[in-house]
Amino acid sequence: MNGLFLINGTEVEIDFPSDATLVQLLRAHGYTEVKQGCSHGECGSCIILLEGNPVNACQIYAATVTGRKITTGTGLSEFASWSAVKNAMIRRGAVQCGFCTPGVMASAVALLEHTPEPTVSEIAAALTGNLCRCTGYVKIVQAIKDAASEGEQ
Amino acid sequence: MGAGHVVGRSSFKIDSAPLISGTARFTGDIPVKEPLHLAFAYSQAAHGEIKDIDLSAALQVPGVAAVFHHGNTPHTYFTTAGQGYPEPSPYDYTLFDHHVRFAGDRIAMVGAETQAAARRGAALVIAEIAPLPPLFDPELATAPGSVRLHQDGEHAVIPAAYRPEENVAAEVTISFGDIEGGFEDAAFIEEHTYHTPYASHCAIEPHIVAVEHQPDGRMVIISSTQVPFHVRRIVSRLLDIPLHYIRVIKPRIGGGFGAKQDAVLEPFAAFAALQTGRNIRMELSRREVFVSSRTRNPMRIALKTGVDANGKLTTVHMDALMNTGAYATHALTVLSNAGAKVLPLFNKVENLAFNGKAVYTTLPIGGAYRGYGATQGYFALNQQIDIICRRLGLDPVEYCKAWHIKEGESSAVFEALGEGRDGVSQIIQSCKLSECLDTGARAIGWQEKRGKRMTTEDGRVRGVGMAIAMQGSGIPEIDMGSASMKMNEDGSAQLFVGATDIGTGSDTILVQIAAETLLMPPEKIYILSSDTDLTPFDVGAYASSTTYISGGAVQKCAQKILDRLARVAARMLDCSPEDLLHEPESFRLPGGERKVTFEEILYHATYTAEQCQIQAGASHTSRESPPPFAAQFAEVEVDPETGVVRVLRFVSAVDCGRAINPALAEGQVEGAALNGISFALTEQYRFSESGRMVNPSFGRYGLPTAPDVPEMQTILVDSYEPSGPFGAKSVGEIGINGAAPAIANAICDAVGVRLFDLPFTPEAVYRAIHGADSL
Repeated sequence: MNGLFLINGTEVEIDFPSDATLVQLLRAHGYTEVKQGCSHGECGSCIILLEGNPVNACQIYAATVTGRKITTGTGLSEFASWSAVKNAMIRRGAVQCGFCTPGVMASAVALLEHTPEPTVSEIAAALTGNLCRCTGYVKIVQAIKDAASEGEQ
Repeated sequence: MGAGHVVGRSSFKIDSAPLISGTARFTGDIPVKEPLHLAFAYSQAAHGEIKDIDLSAALQVPGVAAVFHHGNTPHTYFTTAGQGYPEPSPYDYTLFDHHVRFAGDRIAMVGAETQAAARRGAALVIAEIAPLPPLFDPELATAPGSVRLHQDGEHAVIPAAYRPEENVAAEVTISFGDIEGGFEDAAFIEEHTYHTPYASHCAIEPHIVAVEHQPDGRMVIISSTQVPFHVRRIVSRLLDIPLHYIRVIKPRIGGGFGAKQDAVLEPFAAFAALQTGRNIRMELSRREVFVSSRTRNPMRIALKTGVDANGKLTTVHMDALMNTGAYATHALTVLSNAGAKVLPLFNKVENLAFNGKAVYTTLPIGGAYRGYGATQGYFALNQQIDIICRRLGLDPVEYCKAWHIKEGESSAVFEALGEGRDGVSQIIQSCKLSECLDTGARAIGWQEKRGKRMTTEDGRVRGVGMAIAMQGSGIPEIDMGSASMKMNEDGSAQLFVGATDIGTGSDTILVQIAAETLLMPPEKIYILSSDTDLTPFDVGAYASSTTYISGGAVQKCAQKILDRLARVAARMLDCSPEDLLHEPESFRLPGGERKVTFEEILYHATYTAEQCQIQAGASHTSRESPPPFAAQFAEVEVDPETGVVRVLRFVSAVDCGRAINPALAEGQVEGAALNGISFALTEQYRFSESGRMVNPSFGRYGLPTAPDVPEMQTILVDSYEPSGPFGAKSVGEIGINGAAPAIANAICDAVGVRLFDLPFTPEAVYRAIHGADSL
C-alpha cells in the first residue's frame, strides 16, 4: 500500500507492505537511527515520538500512523531540551555502545517537554521502556537531571 | 596520580554525538546489495539423531532459495571461540550435524529473499529426530552409563584434558603444599557448596552479520563482533579460503560482554555466501540470542577452607564442576579462571588445590561472559570469607585488609594456572585494595550499619555485605595488540588500531594515550579501528585487555612518531634530538625562542627536505597481567514476609591503575555492577522438563530497568601500575564480580540466613528464612 508519512517535519510518500511495522518501514527507508533490539516492545531501541509521545515503533503498524507526526533520533533537535540533554549525555559519559541511545533521547526529550524539572525517580520511570546493558542507567539518569537543571537556569 | 595533558581527564567519548543522533552505523544500518537473508531452523528436542529432514514445505515458501543442513554441508570440526591460535577450546562443532544436542541446536539454515521468508521457511523445516536420552544434570554427566554427546571425532587442538567419551570437555587440576595435613592442622574447617546459574549477556544489539562479494573475488564480512581478526582466521580455516581473501570490518557494536567473542554467525554466513554466490544478511531474533547463542556457564563450586588459630586461611580446596552445555567453546579457560583469577587474592594460603571439570550437557552453550569464570569463583570465595569472619567474630573488611595480596607479593597460583597451559608468574606492582576497602566501607556506612539489623516500620530488615575481587589485564604472553599511525602535514594524525571498541570507549582511550604521548589535542587524532584490511592485528575486545595491551601498543607507536618528529625538528633547528624540549604540538630549544611546531615539521618533511611520510607501527604484548582490584559493598532491605530483597545502596571502590578516562572507567564499573546485581536477584533461565528455555525475552528473563537501580556510588582509588600505559590497568570486567556475594552477605547480615545458590528470588529467600518446605 501507499501512504503519506510526516517524518521529522518532512512529508514522505512511501510504498509499503500492509503488514509492515513502523520500525520496518522507517529502517527500510533510511531512518536507521531507529534501532531494533527485540521486536517485542521491550528494549525501547526503536522508540520514536508519535505526536510527541514516546512509542515503540516495532509495536505499531505503519499503516496506522500515516499523516501523523513522527520524530526519530535525527529529528529530535527540534525539541527545546535536545541540545541540553545531548551535551549532558556527552559530558557525563552516558553513551557507551550507543545502540539504545536514540531511543533514550526520545524518552528524555518527551519527559522534559511535559515535566521540565523531573525528580530522579520520575526520570527513571520515564526510562522504564529503554533497556540499557552498558551503563547501569546511572550516568543516563544523571545526564537528564543535569539537562533539566540547566533548563531551569 | 593527577591528570596529564589528556590522560586522567574525562575527555568526551569521541563517538558520542553520532551515537546520540543515531547516525553512527551499526552492522544492520549498512546497506547490503540484494542480500540473501538467512535464518536457522532449530531442534525442539534436547537430544537426538536426525533421521530425515523434510524441506518441501520450506522450499515452497515464496522467496526461499536454498536450505543448508547436515546432508549438504561439510562436516568439518572447528570451534566458534574467538581465541588465539591454536585455540584452547576443543573442535567439537560443525556447521550442521545429524546429532542434535540441545533444544535450540541448529538443524538447518534457510536462505531467502527477505528475512520474513527465511524465518517462515525455517519454521517449516521438518526434521524427524530419533530421541536420545537427555542429560540435564552436570553431576551425572560423567557417570557410567550416562549418554555421551560427542564421540564422532571431536578433538582438542592443544595438549589439554579433553575426554568426550566421558562427557569431559575440560579438566584442570593444580595443587601445592599439603592439603590433607593442612586440614588436619586447621583450627576449624568450613566446607560449603555454591551454585551459579545460566545467564544471558543481553547486549541490546542482537548478533548480526553481512557478507558482500567484491569485484576482485574477495569477501567482506561486516560483523557485530568482539574479535574481527579471529573471525577472519576461523572463517578462512573452516572454509578453506585464503585468509587474505577475507576482509572483516567491525562497525559500531551494540554491546558484547563476551557474547560476541564467538563466531556465532560468521561461518554460516560466509559458507552460504560461497555456496550461493549471493551477498548475505543474517540476524538473530532476541529469542534466538537467549536460547541458541552463548551464555554464562553454570558452576557448582565446593569450597573447603582450613583456618588456623589466628584466623589465617591456611588451606583451600576448590572443586568446580562447570556445565559447558552442548558445546565447549571457552570451557577450559572459563573453568581455569574460576581458580586463576580468584585464588591468588588470598595469597598467604600454604596448601591449595583447585580441581575443575567442565562437562557437556544437553543444555544451551556456555561461553565467554564478562568476569569469565571469576564471577562464579568469587561468589563462593566471598561468602566463605564472610562465614569464617562471622564464626571468628571478625570484621570482614579488616580480615580482607590483613590477608589480601599486596604490592611486591606474588601467588603460586599465577604460575600454576594459566589459560590452557601453565600460567605466568608475576609480582604485583600495584594494589590499592586496602584503600578500596577503607573508602568503600566509609561510603556505605559499614561501621554504622553492619550487624545492626535496622528494621523499618513494616518489618523489612536492613543489612550490609561486602566482597572483594581481582581480574586481569589481558592474557599474559598470549594477547597481542598493534597500532600504526601517520601524521598529516597540518599536524593532525590518523591512528589505526586492531583493537575493537564494542561500546567500551576504547577508541577514545587509545586516542587519549596517543595524544598524551605526543602532547597533541585528541581532536586532531582520527582513529580507525578493527578493519582487517586497514588496521594492524589485535586479538580483540576480551580479557580486559584493550587499555593495557592495545594501549601499550599505541603508546609505543606514538613514541616512535615522536622520535621521528624530533629527528626532523633537530635537523631543522640544527641541533641534536636530545637537545629538544617536547611541548604541546612542538619542540623548543631550551634557553631561547627557537621552536618548531608539528605542522612546520610535517610540512618540511612532506614537501621540503626529508620527503617522507612520518609514520610508525608497533605491537605490544605483556609478560604480566596486572590485576585490577575492587571492593564492593551492598546495603539491602529484606522483607521476611515476602522474601523480597531490595538493594538500597551499592558502592564499588576500584583500583584500575590510573584511569585514562575516569568517566568512562566509572561507566564500565556501573554497568558491570548492575549486571551483577540483577544476576543476583532477577535474571534467570527457566527450563521446561524437556530442556527448553521457556522465558526467552528481556522481561521474563529479568533484565533490570532504570527504576531497579539502587543508589550507586563508584570510587576510583588513586593507583598507578608501572607496567601499564600511563599507569593504567583494566576495568572492563572487575565490576561484575562482587555484587552477588556482597548481596548474599548483606542478606545474611540482615536476616541471618545464608544463600548458597543464585538467584536470590523472593521464593528462594522466603524458603531460606522459613524453611525448605514453607512454600
